[in-house]
Amino acid sequence: MNKINSIRKDWSLIETLIAEDRKILDIGCGDGGLMEQLENNRNAITHGIELNRDLAANAIARGFNVVHGNAELDLSQYSNNSFDYVILSQTLQAMMKPKDIVSELLRIGSKAIVSFPNFGHWKIRLQLLISGKMPVTESLPYTWYDTPNIHFFTIKDFLNLCNEMNIAIEKSIGLTSKGKQFDISESVTGVNFFTHEAIFLLSYKNFEPIKIKSSKKVFAKNSIIAN
Amino acid sequence: MKTKFTTDAKLESEIAYFENINLKLESGDIIDSFKLAFKTYGKLNADNNNAILVCHALTGDQYIAGNNPITGREGWWSRMVGPNKPIDTNKFFVICSNVLGGCAGSTGPKELQNGSNVAYGSNFPSVTIKDMVKAQSLLIESLNIEKLFSVIGGSMGAMQALQWAIDFPDKILNIIHIAGALKHSAQNIAFHEVGRQAIMSDPIWKNGKYFENNEVPERGLSVARMIAHITYLSENAMHRKFGRKLQSRDIISFGFDADFQVESYLRYQGKSFVERFDANSYLYLTRAMDYFDHDETFRKNIEFSHNPNNHLKYLIVSFTSDWLFPTIESKMIVNQLNSLSREVSFLEIDTDKGHDSFLLEEPQLDDVIKGFLTNNFAKIDE
Repeated sequence: MNKINSIRKDWSLIETLIAEDRKILDIGCGDGGLMEQLENNRNAITHGIELNRDLAANAIARGFNVVHGNAELDLSQYSNNSFDYVILSQTLQAMMKPKDIVSELLRIGSKAIVSFPNFGHWKIRLQLLISGKMPVTESLPYTWYDTPNIHFFTIKDFLNLCNEMNIAIEKSIGLTSKGKQFDISESVTGVNFFTHEAIFLLSYKNFEPIKIKSSKKVFAKNSIIAN
Repeated sequence: MKTKFTTDAKLESEIAYFENINLKLESGDIIDSFKLAFKTYGKLNADNNNAILVCHALTGDQYIAGNNPITGREGWWSRMVGPNKPIDTNKFFVICSNVLGGCAGSTGPKELQNGSNVAYGSNFPSVTIKDMVKAQSLLIESLNIEKLFSVIGGSMGAMQALQWAIDFPDKILNIIHIAGALKHSAQNIAFHEVGRQAIMSDPIWKNGKYFENNEVPERGLSVARMIAHITYLSENAMHRKFGRKLQSRDIISFGFDADFQVESYLRYQGKSFVERFDANSYLYLTRAMDYFDHDETFRKNIEFSHNPNNHLKYLIVSFTSDWLFPTIESKMIVNQLNSLSREVSFLEIDTDKGHDSFLLEEPQLDDVIKGFLTNNFAKIDE
């Protein structure tokens, strides 16, 4: 799959995760391609953030609500639960603080959709194993010294992070490098080996206050929601 | 409300007279009658839904495009407004009125006081951005336009656009806010104060009564303009344009002539400004900008407005080299609107031309304005 096809595929899968008439924030929205698709096919109300000035200008000129800005600095301005879905398509690996971003996604949105290239794919593992050099692949096509991707992680890493953050995975879709689609949760073995790209629909697990005993008093830890 | 309309041949401008209307100003003062000079471009369509109000900046006027009879030059935004221009007059009906307190035909300090043959001068009541917008809203009403498609402005024009969103959200669909802010900053007030002091310390100013002897405080007003003009540029733009180049000489004079091109340029700016602008008007309008402050109140005003304003779309634009209304000021507006989940777009355009960029060749500004208007109009005109 080339990069464009892979993004289109990514978008059409994201679309399948989204219900009709919802309010959506697309982080790293480019010139508004996904926003357009979701407005047309899902009757969505869309907002976007884009770091690249020219892409943001294009999106605005195409009539979309797009703020030219940096997601790592500017997400705090959005209120809690102000969107039904917050989408981060293929950019988590380029973030300075991915964990903070994931937590912001689920503060702003009731649900979050995150897609990323899996660094645990066998081709990448093989490249590193055999050549001893940082892998360069179709989905991660940059050399180590000029890549925007600064945090590489695998599906396993991501699942661990979600677990640690008390995040529920509502749906997960994997794509092989040939574009074959499968449900990550149903595949038992080899998921992390064969998944080229992964798309997750996330929400917080049903919250129940965790009682923590301290020497003086018992209090409920609710930082998960109050965050 | 009965409004009388006439055409002033000398001003090449329409004049709307609002008589015995008792316009209550923010200061508490009342203007019983006033007039607004305005120009229109393009045609109002059958659905009455294609009207755009353009709000001019501090020293602007109603002459957006075509000839300006006061300066003899092209209108101030003729590169932006006209047939097939970004604000396309083949499609939109564009209105621009000289602000209340201005000096291009609207009621202001240089016009005669009601029922007398003496000009207002310093007797003119203090006007604010809110007052200007209130007057504009009466004009729009008297033109039988129920809803403006858009209100667009840069600098002081942006302040007016924002005020429209606060005061009359039910009468507009979107605003384009360029190089503006929620408030006039301390630094901006400081520059204005230097300009005003320059005018008021000119002996010819005479407490604003200079017109009695047919005089103009030229020195004071031109110095005020020179200072202000510096704030509209950027260091880079000045360096690019002038550097340390000398004016009409090969060696420095060791005196106080305009040795440098930048000096000669500023002197020219000051001199030509005096020919077209009233000193008292300059005092009043700079003051109106100084008093503009929605820093604490904007979010509340938008969130709890008794006028529905959920439908409003905002396009906010800033320029990287604008140090008078820096990007951070625009971002405060964007942040507050985003915190209320409003439909806002924001772009910071990369340019070295400073605050004045909105008046100059900036293709990205053209693109976003054109696209924003065209696409949003398509949505209502289906």
